[in-house]
Formats: sequence, structure tokens, C-alpha cells
Amino acid sequence: MILARFLGPRVIVLVAVLLAAAVLVPAATLALPASSPFHIPAYLVPLIGKYVCYALLALALDLVWGYVGILSLGHGAFFALGGYAMGMYLMRQIGSRGVYGNPILPDFMVFLNWKELPWYWTGFGEFWFAAIMVVLVPGLLAFVFGFFAFRSRVTGVYLSIITQAMTYALLLAFFRNDMGFGGNNGLTDFKDILGFPIQAETTRAGLFAASCVALALGVLVVGAITRSKLGKLMVAVRDAESRTRFIGWRPEYVKLFAFTVSAVMAGIAGALYVPQVGIINPGEFAPVNSIEIVIWAAVGGRGTLLGPVIGALLVNYGKSVFTGLAPEYWLFVLGGLFVLVTLFLPRGIVGTIDHGWSALRERRRAARAEKGESMGEGGVSSQAAE
Amino acid sequence: MRCMLKRLSLLWLLILAGLAAAPVWAAEGDAAAIVQSFGGKQGYDETETHIKEAAATGDPAVAPALRALRDGNLYWRKSDEAVFIATESGDTLKLADPMTGADAGTAPKDDFTKVRVKNSIRVAVTAALGSLTLRAENAVQRLRAADTLFSEADPEMIEPLDGAIAAETDATVKARMEEARAAAVLESDRPAEEKAAAAKVLEQRGDREALNKLATFASSTKDEAARGAAERAIAAIESNIAFWGQAQNVWYGLSLGSVLLLAAIGLAITFGVMGVINMAHGEMVMLGAYTTFVVQEQIRQSAPFLFEWSLAIAIPLAFLVSAAVGLVLERSLIRFLYGRPLETLLATFGVSLVLQQAVRSIFGPTNRQVGNPDWMSGAFDVGMMSVTWNRLWIIVFALLVFAALLLVLNKTPLGLQMRAVTQNRKMASAMGIRTPWIDAMTFALGSGIAGMAGVALSQIDNVSPNLGQGYIIDSFMVVVFGGVGNLWGTLVGAMTLGILNKLLEPFAGAVLGKIVVLVLIILFIQKRPRGLFAQKGRFVDA
Repeated sequence: MILARFLGPRVIVLVAVLLAAAVLVPAATLALPASSPFHIPAYLVPLIGKYVCYALLALALDLVWGYVGILSLGHGAFFALGGYAMGMYLMRQIGSRGVYGNPILPDFMVFLNWKELPWYWTGFGEFWFAAIMVVLVPGLLAFVFGFFAFRSRVTGVYLSIITQAMTYALLLAFFRNDMGFGGNNGLTDFKDILGFPIQAETTRAGLFAASCVALALGVLVVGAITRSKLGKLMVAVRDAESRTRFIGWRPEYVKLFAFTVSAVMAGIAGALYVPQVGIINPGEFAPVNSIEIVIWAAVGGRGTLLGPVIGALLVNYGKSVFTGLAPEYWLFVLGGLFVLVTLFLPRGIVGTIDHGWSALRERRRAARAEKGESMGEGGVSSQAAE
Repeated sequence: MRCMLKRLSLLWLLILAGLAAAPVWAAEGDAAAIVQSFGGKQGYDETETHIKEAAATGDPAVAPALRALRDGNLYWRKSDEAVFIATESGDTLKLADPMTGADAGTAPKDDFTKVRVKNSIRVAVTAALGSLTLRAENAVQRLRAADTLFSEADPEMIEPLDGAIAAETDATVKARMEEARAAAVLESDRPAEEKAAAAKVLEQRGDREALNKLATFASSTKDEAARGAAERAIAAIESNIAFWGQAQNVWYGLSLGSVLLLAAIGLAITFGVMGVINMAHGEMVMLGAYTTFVVQEQIRQSAPFLFEWSLAIAIPLAFLVSAAVGLVLERSLIRFLYGRPLETLLATFGVSLVLQQAVRSIFGPTNRQVGNPDWMSGAFDVGMMSVTWNRLWIIVFALLVFAALLLVLNKTPLGLQMRAVTQNRKMASAMGIRTPWIDAMTFALGSGIAGMAGVALSQIDNVSPNLGQGYIIDSFMVVVFGGVGNLWGTLVGAMTLGILNKLLEPFAGAVLGKIVVLVLIILFIQKRPRGLFAQKGRFVDA
């Protein structure tokens, strides 16, 4: 109850919906007969699961962009790194079932005539190790990158550009065959995860449930952070960094904390994404992907918890529909979305509704106040809505 | 005066033609007679004498007959001792004229006798053949002969080469012949001093082939003095090659730098004046490239004779097209987003997606062929590095654009107002400068320059809808590195990054080199967050 009051009713509802989806969707696809109107076809489960991972990614970006004002154009890199860590585990699980039947080496290494596993692949045979790496690698990169960037006060568009350069550099690096990550083709042909066959409907349902739970946890974590005192500080850094510094806070540490947490969340999203789509390749590092994440958050409404989730689901659903109908026009739509949202919907869907709602309440209160009814503590609730 | 010159040169031409033609006529008769002399019963000595005679004519026309002799394909008819080149097929021979190679029908084998050969004859023929082409009329042929002899160095050829060198008049050909002789000397069993001298000659040549020759020699010879000379020559050549290799890399770097300069300079002024990151800048470049394509298509269809001028026509048009698009973009979108740089970045990114897709829908997703005019194609050598004309012209063009922009910024009222707005927008506005108008003009100017960059890029890169994307990140790096609001910063930034990229490539490979540069820039920003040439001023939040 204390938690509920701390996080606000909306977060609780969102978490409840996600947890319900984690149970109901797998049930609807596995238990219900195909004839039932509530049956969910098996192919939809990994697709929706993918959207859920995107939602977690958008939420991660929202933590840094919406609450701290750091526009990262490189979040796809953290997502992809988490994905690669998971992909490496899945590669090792193939064992001798690969095309070349080598019990240790993945196919592409056999193909490249490598004799033994590179040192950085050791340990990825174990799930727990891969799981740690999923968190550690993106987190560490974000920490080091952020430490240098924020310490020397690289802000605004400069920061956006160097984060973009970071993901671009990683894109180039992962394209190389001799990096030992499968080069152009990336990692694919996965067979098992934790001993369960990856193509099986039950496994997919399980992965879907895991994604929903991860997103729910992500919402709770971001909710907790942003409602805390630290969260207030983040907003202060976003709105007036210099002033916050002059008051005596260290904005760079606030930013570094948010950036690292956000990167870890993105990494987890990537790790859940890879087994559901069955492949991870360097294309995930492409700068365009990272910018798309930004538009998900922007459409839904940055600086809100619900917004990025809704935005990611909506935009990606739209993308699926559109690329099915008229693939060549999708870029027009996406481009148009960027322009229209920034021009006409800068708060995003959720932000606009919130704003409209509080403006309405404000007006009603003003009307009532005119009638002579005293309101006592007037401004408090409107402040909370921000 | 000019008339006289013309007449004189005509006279010269006539004399030269006569000189060149006369020996050919004279030699043809001789050569044919000598070839016929292989007919009839004769001893090996006699044959060898005839071979020497044939070589002495210096007429390449005898070469086919000599080659046939060496390969055992030279026959003479028993009835009249006439000589033919022939190939056996069963009991008959396919005959060919020994001088012209023209088909002379077939005849029964029994009517003919093969000219007998043995090893010493074959050696004599090889020597004769080498010296024959060495004495060819055409300097190009002689050059080719010398080069062949160089790569297939043969001690037997030293003497013919000596003869040819003595007779050679063309300095280049002579030098090549001397190199061929030196290569042959290294292979021979001549004394060490001579080999040391040969190593010196090869050192003068100084290329990889000479290096190979010297290396094989140094590893096989037992003679200490000669090996020492060869090793010194190897070291000299290697350092020379390394020097020119670096020079070539610097040249490539300058070329890349000039491309970056063209792409980044427009970005630098829009970012500098307005603080706006225009993610659609790359698409302005792409529009310029497509303008070039359209111009060339029109020229091909209606006025092919203008093709050499197509780029000159395309440059102003590309400027206008991109500037117009930039102006529309600024007036319809960006001006509503001033003061919100991150939103501007997103909106212009959306515009870039739309522009890319629009071009893809109109022109198709594949690469478009943009031709190089003659003066843009080809290459020439400077020392051991090769300089292509298109790269050279692009460097010149980039510098011209840079100079023009510098003039505009420093000498025109528009430039003055632009600088004022860059330095202090509010103060400039208070002084009566219409800052929105300056913004629009700056944006149009920056976009127009991007369009001109597109014309240049169409000459060296694939013209596809993704053209701009490939340059946008690099251009940003240049702007970030060089600093905002200072054109010199952009110039230094572009050239530094270009050269650094190309110097790193041989060690790290193209991709890793790029990554190293990106990392270096990120580290550089740590030290100087506002770039190499930071603008001085008082600000807290930019």
C-alpha cells in the first residue's frame, strides 16, 4: 500500500496489466483451442514479445531523455550488446548440432578456420555468466562513456552526436569477421535456451512472460527512481543544469547514474529480444535504429512512465501493419511522425492527455473559486502532475 | 609568325615521316631474303649465321620465322627451297607465309623438310628475338621488350642488351634497358664489382620489382661484397617505398579531407549561426548528386556536345535546388523549433527519412550512373604515387568553395550580419538585424553548399538514396572537432580527420582506423568540449 501510494495508481495499473498479460497471453495461445475467439495464434506471441522488449527499451531511453534531458542517440548499442551477450550463450548451446558439427566452436568460427574459442567467449556456455554479462557489458560501457562525457560537460546536441558516433563505431566493429561475433551475419540458428527448444510454443510463451515481467519490473524501477528525491534531482538537472550545479549538486553523477541504469535496462531488453526473433546481427547497432527508439518515446510522451510503453507498442504495431501493406511508404510515415510529433505533439500522447486533464481541472477549480468557494491548498496537485 | 611555325612544324612532320618510313621499306626486302636463306640443306653453323643476320636487320618482321624455327615449325619445300611456317596435322602440313603469317594452304608432308634445330640454335634464336624487339622501330615496343627482359632476367641477354643500349636514343627506354641489363647481371656469374654496380642501378629504379630481384639475389648469392651492395640497395629502396607510401596516404587523406570539408562546411555554418543540428544535411548532399544525374541525363538526350560542361552546369543548379529545399525546410519547420535543439534534431531526422524515401520512389533504390567528363577521369604519377584527376579537382573545388564562403562571410553585408547573429543573437536583433531572415538565408546557404558537395561526390561515390547518410556522421565529427562558428576550424578539422583516417588505415585496416578516429574524437572532446577553434564568449549553457 505504501508502495502503491509512492508510485501512484497509474504505475500499479500498468504493472498489473503487464503481469496479467504475462499469464493470460501464454494461456490463451497454449490452453485455448484454435476455434476459441480468445485464442492467440502462435506466430503472434514472439511478435508481441518483441514489442514488449521494444517498450522496455523505450522506457530505458525515457529515463535518460524524459527525466534527465540526455538525448541519447546510441541506446541501440546497449540493446544490441545485451542481445549479443545472450546470442553468445545461445550459440554455445547449439553444441555439435551446427552445420559443421563442431562441439565447441560456433559454425562461423569453423568457417573462418579458427582453432579455439577466443578468450572473450569463455564462460558464455553458462547461463548465469551470460546473464551477468547482459547487465555488465552495457552497464560498464555506459558508465565509462558517461563518466568521460558528463565529467567534461558534454551536453545537448554534442552529447547526442557522440552517442551516435559510439553506436556507429560499434556497428563498424561488429561488422568485422575477425572480431569473433559472426561479422555481417551475426549470431543465429539458435536451438535451445536453458535446455528448452527455442522454437517451441511453450518456450516462446515463457519468453513472452519473461519479457512482460521484465517490463513490469522496469516500470517499477523507473517509477521508484523518478518518484524518489533522486528523481526530483534528475528533473532539476534536465530543466536547469547550471542552476542545479550552483546550488551545490553534482549533475554529472546524477546523469551518470541514470545513464548507466538505463543502459542496463536496454541490455536486458536486448537479451530478451534475441531469443524471440532468433537472430542478432550488427544491423542492430545502426544509428537509425537508435533514433527510432527516440520516436517511440516521443510519440508516447517522454517524461512519463506510461508514454514510452504505449509509444513503442503503437509505433511498432503501425510499422508491422504498414510494412505489410505498402513497405515503401513506411519511411514517409516514420519521417512524418518525427516532424508532426515534434511540431504538434511535443508532450506525446500521454503527456498531452495529462496536460489537458490538469488544465481542465485547473479551469474548473478557477471557476469554482470564482463562485467564492475556498480551495485551501490550491497549487499542490497541479505541481504534482508535472 | 604563327603561320610560319605551322609550316615549320609541317615540314618537320614530313621529314620525320620519311625518316621513319624509309628503313622499313629497305629492311622488308632484306628480311624476306634472309628468312628464305633458311631454305636448303645447311649445317648448324650456317643456320646460326643466318639467325645472326636476321637479328642484325633489326626488323621485327623476321620474329615469327625465328620463333617458328625455335619451336621446330619452320619448313622448306624440296622443290624450290621456299621457306614456310607450318603446323603438322597427320600427313599434311598447314602452311603459312613466314613474313606475313598469311595462310598458304596445305601440302603433303613428304614434299617438305624441317629446318633442323638443337639447343645452341634455340639459344641463338632467343637472343636474337630479344635483341630484335629491343631494336624495334617503335619506342613503346622497345620499352616493352626491355620490361620483359627485366622481369625474365636472363644472363644470355646481357650482350644483346649492351648492343641495344649503345644504339638507343630515347632516354627513358635506355634507362629501362640498363635496368634490364642490371637484373640480368645479377643472375649471371659476372664479377662482384659488376653485380654491385647492377645493384646500384636497381636501387635507382627503386620499385617493388627491383626489390624482389635484389632480395632473391641477396638470399642466393655467396659473394659477400655483392650481397652487401644488394642489401644496401634493398634498404634504400624500402625506405623510398615507405616514403612514397606515406605520401600516397597523405594524398588520400587530403582527398578524403576535402570531401569531408565540402560535406561539413554547410553544416558548420548552420550549426554555428543557429545552433541547429540539421540531420537532413546529408540529404541535401544527396539532392545535389541527383541534380547532377538529372543534368547529365538531359544533356545526353538533347545536347550531347555539352557533356564536358555538365558539371559546370550542375554546380549552380545543385546549389539552387538544395538551397530551395533548405529554405522551405527552415521556413516551414525549423523556425518553429528554435531554442529546442534536440527537437530540431529529431524533426530534421524525420525530414531526412522522407527525402530519402522520396528520392527512392522517384529514381529507384539502385545506384544511378553519373559519368565523369574527360578532364575528371584518368590519373598521372608523381614519383611513386598515383594522382587521379577527379580527386585533384575535388580538392581544388573544395578549396574554392571554402575561399568563396570565407569571402561571403567576411566581405558581404550578409556575412557581417551572420557573424553578428552567431556572436550574440539578442544584441544583433537589438541593432536592427532581422535575425529570422538571417537564419533563413544561412540555412539556405548551408544547404546550397551541401548541394554543391553533392556534385563533387557524384564523381567519386555511388549516387544512391543513401549517399548522404554515409557522410553525415563524419561531417558532424568534423564540426565537433573543428569547433563551431569558425570556418578555419572546419578546414583544419576536415583535413586532420581525413589524413588521420588514411594514415591509420594501413596499420589498423579501414574499419578499425575509423573506430580509432571516433574514439580519439570522443577523447578529444573531453579536453576541449567546444572543439579545436572554440568561440570565445561568455556563456553557461550553449
